[in-house]
Amino acid sequence: MSALGNNDRLVVIGASLAGLRAAEAARAEGFAGEIVIIGDEKELPYDRPPLSKQCLVDGAPIPYLREERTYTESLKATFMLGQPASALNAAEKTVIVGDRPMRYDALVIATGASPRYLPALPEAAGIVTLRNFDDVARLRQAVESGSHITIIGAGIIGAEIASAARGRDCQVTIVEATEHPLERALGRSMGSLLSEMHHRNGTDLRCGVTLSEVRTLSDQVTGIVLSDGSEVATDLLLVSIGVVPNTFWLQESGIELEPDGSIACDEHLQTSLENVYAAGDVVSWPNALTGRSGRLETWTSANEQGAVAGANAVGGEGDRQPYATVPYFWSDWYGNRIQFAGTAADAVPEVVHGSVEEDKFVVLYRSGDAVTGVLAVNEPSKIMKDRRKIRNGATWQEMVGHYRGIGAGAPSRAQQPAPVV
Amino acid sequence: MKIEVDRGKCVGLGLCEAASPDHFEVGDDGQLVLVSDMVTYGQRAEVEEAIRSCPTAALRLLP
Repeated sequence: MSALGNNDRLVVIGASLAGLRAAEAARAEGFAGEIVIIGDEKELPYDRPPLSKQCLVDGAPIPYLREERTYTESLKATFMLGQPASALNAAEKTVIVGDRPMRYDALVIATGASPRYLPALPEAAGIVTLRNFDDVARLRQAVESGSHITIIGAGIIGAEIASAARGRDCQVTIVEATEHPLERALGRSMGSLLSEMHHRNGTDLRCGVTLSEVRTLSDQVTGIVLSDGSEVATDLLLVSIGVVPNTFWLQESGIELEPDGSIACDEHLQTSLENVYAAGDVVSWPNALTGRSGRLETWTSANEQGAVAGANAVGGEGDRQPYATVPYFWSDWYGNRIQFAGTAADAVPEVVHGSVEEDKFVVLYRSGDAVTGVLAVNEPSKIMKDRRKIRNGATWQEMVGHYRGIGAGAPSRAQQPAPVV
Repeated sequence: MKIEVDRGKCVGLGLCEAASPDHFEVGDDGQLVLVSDMVTYGQRAEVEEAIRSCPTAALRLLP
């Protein structure tokens, strides 16, 4: 139940998924005061995963998250779009938007993250990043004309863009600095296994090399030189090497930031400041379900964190909910659905179902007698059930037993011998 | 109340199943199966959460 009254104001900084969900959750808690949502982009909240998928492949229109009338009829929120918040003054409980201070009684920060950029890149046409809908148009132009596209970074987004571009018969090169793409997300062996999809689909993936030089002609990129001396002619250079939390505007605010620039939150997603919560890509918090602290840059966590932060921001002290999750993300490459839940680090992956050769399989990540993660490739019915089992602390024997058809005979947790680590 | 799925929008990501496994399940073919499309008053908050958790806005609750 909302502890804030009709005359109180909830300000949400960030008009994307996490910010929208915060506002919706505040209303669901019964908050009847004013809600102001501030966004640096001009658009009403839209969904970002399609930007590197349908929007790029089919030219799908801007994927708004809600119908416009929702905002006036049920959410009753005021949007201030096209201008970012530039400062936070916690002592006065105000944020600066444009030149004006705006008072808040509760604040949710959901400013997201921006693509990391390589510092040494020249100023030239044809060097791009992808985060906003505006970025799609430039990228799409290159994709549609069947150009040669080079992507720096073989992560999830880089792989999706490569897939979309190959679907349009572009020539695609991916340059990956490490020897093992997606190691952090999927573990070394599975990251490498999935990255073979690039080779099979005609994308030239080059690992263990970095960018040495960008060639330009009349301020237009024409090619790159790599650290091994090789040269690649290219019409477009897309930088996709991760993101940086958007917290530069908070540097004078006294809010506690982590070394990576994200906002340090507690398990309730409260920041170090009173009445100030945060959600989405901008947050680091201790996740009780994985035992790890840090950021999660996924749609799912932005969705869930927004709801928790919004409810907690307007709720009473005793009503606040902690946030913990088994992380989940999905990706689509070359017509293959890739889904992952949990964590991959420090665990041993084992294929427990299906066939790697046919690109249709399930992998469980084992750590002692526990399962920390599950990877499903073209097995869409499996992921949420296994995610739930991980959340409930199912053992390796229980989960692998299900796939081997011996689940019913597996001993209960209490009867099992001590795990051999 | 009754759940309606827009099959043209649903891509079978299963976030609804995570929120409300009693109503939603993704099948082996990737198609969403409505385990039950009827929603009681007590289930409404859970199903509304599932609807809001859909990345493709493919779900609706009809009176």
